[in-house]
Amino acid sequence: MSDEFDDLKHAMKAAMPAPDAAQKASHLAMAQKKFETLQGSADEARPTSDRPKTGIFRGVREMLSTLSTRGALTASTAFVALGLAVVVPDWRQAPQLFDAGYSVDEAQPVPVVRERAEADDTLGRAAPEAEMEIQEAPVIIVPEPLVQSAPVVSMQQDGAYTRAMPVPGDGALVQIEGDTEAFADADQNPLKVTADEPVSTFSIDVDTASYSFIRSALMNGQMPPVESVRIEEMINYFPYDYAEPQGDQPFETTVTVTDTPWNPDTQLLHIAIQGEKPALEDRPPLNLVFLIDTSGSMEAANKLPLLKQSLALMLPQLTEEDEIAIVTYAGSAGQVLEATSATDTDAILGALDNLSAGGSTNGEDGLRQAYSVAEGMAEEGEVTRVLLATDGDFNVGFFDPKRLEQFISDKRESGTYLSVLGFGRGNLDDEIMQTLAQNGNGQAAYIDTLSEAQKVLVDQLTGALFPIANDVKIQVEFNPGQIAEYRLIGYETRGLNRQDFNNDRVDAGDIGAGHTVTAIYEITPVGSPAVLTDDLRYGEVAASSDSDELGFFKLRYKAPGADNSRLIETPILAGGDVTDEMRFAMAIAGFGELLTDSPYLGDWSYDQAIALANASKGDDPFGYRAEAIRLMRLAESLDQ
Amino acid sequence: MPFRQGLTIGTRPITVMRMEPTNESLARAASDGDGAAFAQLLERQYDGIFSLAFRLSGSRADAEDLTQDVCTALPTKLQGFRGEARFTTWLWRVVVNAAHDRRRRAATRARHTEGWGDWEKNRRAGDSETSEAVDWLTQAMRSLPEDLRDTLALVLDDMTHEDAADVLGVSAGTISWRVSEAKKHLRALREREDQV
Repeated sequence: MSDEFDDLKHAMKAAMPAPDAAQKASHLAMAQKKFETLQGSADEARPTSDRPKTGIFRGVREMLSTLSTRGALTASTAFVALGLAVVVPDWRQAPQLFDAGYSVDEAQPVPVVRERAEADDTLGRAAPEAEMEIQEAPVIIVPEPLVQSAPVVSMQQDGAYTRAMPVPGDGALVQIEGDTEAFADADQNPLKVTADEPVSTFSIDVDTASYSFIRSALMNGQMPPVESVRIEEMINYFPYDYAEPQGDQPFETTVTVTDTPWNPDTQLLHIAIQGEKPALEDRPPLNLVFLIDTSGSMEAANKLPLLKQSLALMLPQLTEEDEIAIVTYAGSAGQVLEATSATDTDAILGALDNLSAGGSTNGEDGLRQAYSVAEGMAEEGEVTRVLLATDGDFNVGFFDPKRLEQFISDKRESGTYLSVLGFGRGNLDDEIMQTLAQNGNGQAAYIDTLSEAQKVLVDQLTGALFPIANDVKIQVEFNPGQIAEYRLIGYETRGLNRQDFNNDRVDAGDIGAGHTVTAIYEITPVGSPAVLTDDLRYGEVAASSDSDELGFFKLRYKAPGADNSRLIETPILAGGDVTDEMRFAMAIAGFGELLTDSPYLGDWSYDQAIALANASKGDDPFGYRAEAIRLMRLAESLDQ
Repeated sequence: MPFRQGLTIGTRPITVMRMEPTNESLARAASDGDGAAFAQLLERQYDGIFSLAFRLSGSRADAEDLTQDVCTALPTKLQGFRGEARFTTWLWRVVVNAAHDRRRRAATRARHTEGWGDWEKNRRAGDSETSEAVDWLTQAMRSLPEDLRDTLALVLDDMTHEDAADVLGVSAGTISWRVSEAKKHLRALREREDQV
């Protein structure tokens, strides 16, 4: 250490004030109050939170909560007075079931194997692995009161599960496992002052994973964690019927300005992009390589079995020209199906049936093999794509995410795309999924139910598999003479630097056939009472312009396979025809803001979001929008 | 204060020692709704939050505001605590992010820099040696770019480069590089001073 460094350290110690006792007390009290309020609202959502002293049972609860499938929910309702017995063969395998930190309700019989004398830290660090073991332990429901044999925990169910929300009837299972889910945590896009920062640049996003995740949380009776909410993915989950492209353009852009539902003094700038829908018979042949994670954690009913069902649903959409290969990865990677025509359903379904889960995840080898199979299948004029189906653990092989990213973007250059289908909950690493799909020019979708599989792999298959434009970037320059402040809703993980817009080497999102993309800005006109920032006393005077344009919209995209981008530009003017499609998108934007406790909504609440969504639901052939309204209602009652 | 409690598994009585709960177990219990665990956790970490807030912001008032931000955000944030990182690593990340939020908000309101820029007002009077050291600190911190300052806020408290890397979401190599950059800055500053 240099002298300067030590000097600095000492100076820092010397300068450090002690926290003010009164301040500290008030901060602690405030935090506690916030905590209690939050719990009050979450009680309904978290059936296990109403007995605070039973923190020790977390492990058990996690096992129990894996039972919260539809069947088990009904079952546990019936057992309210009977109790549940959970059998774990070896307690030494599940040390986290008791937690040295907590005193125990004496009424509860509790399994304890030995005294915990290790350092506290070991306990905390050991927990994640231990949780894995627990999930593999058999769970048996015994419909008899408290069966007592040596290694048995019995735990009286207090009926809390009857309040959990049942899963809708599509036969698929939703389950919550250990808390190892990771999300790409980006702060909400802040309000920007037009005079300081007139230009906003971002990449489009057609992922939908966040919406499915939110749905699955709400259906389980829990408010989704704020960092799992990506509003653009919620909005773009829904197909919209925007104006269709004319002539040679692969997509049509419509920019509309209208009143903000939640603030009479601001306006929303609604940007709609509609991809062309090429005739199905004209589509190029597809080469699909399914890279299937068959590691032990994929065994759950909502993972590998759901994946098999999903692929079976998809096959009828494909033609004789299309080819499918399957590569699995677990302890070792291997190709289980040679390139096979998609109409040879017997061979494909047979190979799927033979898959079984086991071993740890060797993502790197699997990915390399999948790409090499894909390259073998690719021919001129065909679309080649690797579809990675995983529950998100990519923990063997690429230790360095940067290397993984690099590998995938290199492959993208070679013309093989990558999409990611996420299955199950528990160790879904949302951030890795995002990174993979973004770098592979693909889509990340999260499949939690068979009906979601139908949406992604059947109803919107063409969009998911056939790109019509790559690296689509949007840049909006606001006119400081008209717009005082603006804020992009969502797209936090998609922000680009201003100079990236014209740099064709910077990667961005892609649009598939028939896809729609929506982006919404909330804008505050100059002189509006909603302006939040004051003028600077000493700031330079903003360049004034007589133009009545609100701003200027620019979009760059590349035709698939092209190196150079094309530019679309149009001035943004007030007005435009507001359709129900746009209103529905705004209702979803508002819903997302409510879920993230956005400070910009004022008194606008779920009631208004529901009313707006209901009024603008329009034609809803697949029932997606009706489902969204049901979710809003659920969130409203959970968020009390 | 350990206490003993008789428990039964099957028919065998077993005794458990109660130990001070770990941060991680408190955090998990708190995220499950245990108010007492939350209170204990925050009480335990409060001074650490405040001191990091001070190292990040450079003034008592800012540190208090920042600490308040963190305290109010924690109940919600805790629900996202996944337990895969050490609790303190996670917590320092929350504090650093809150500091960034604050800087960003401040930057949109006014163009002057807050925090280490406003040091003079907050300098402790009295002991002239301390005051000189503090001057040097202010000047040094102010001369550093933001990312180096954040890095120093962590490593000046004897945090390892690996831990600081975890908190800031960069590699340990980056931290080491930043620290050596910061040292270079400091040395240059000292030399310039010595010439005066």
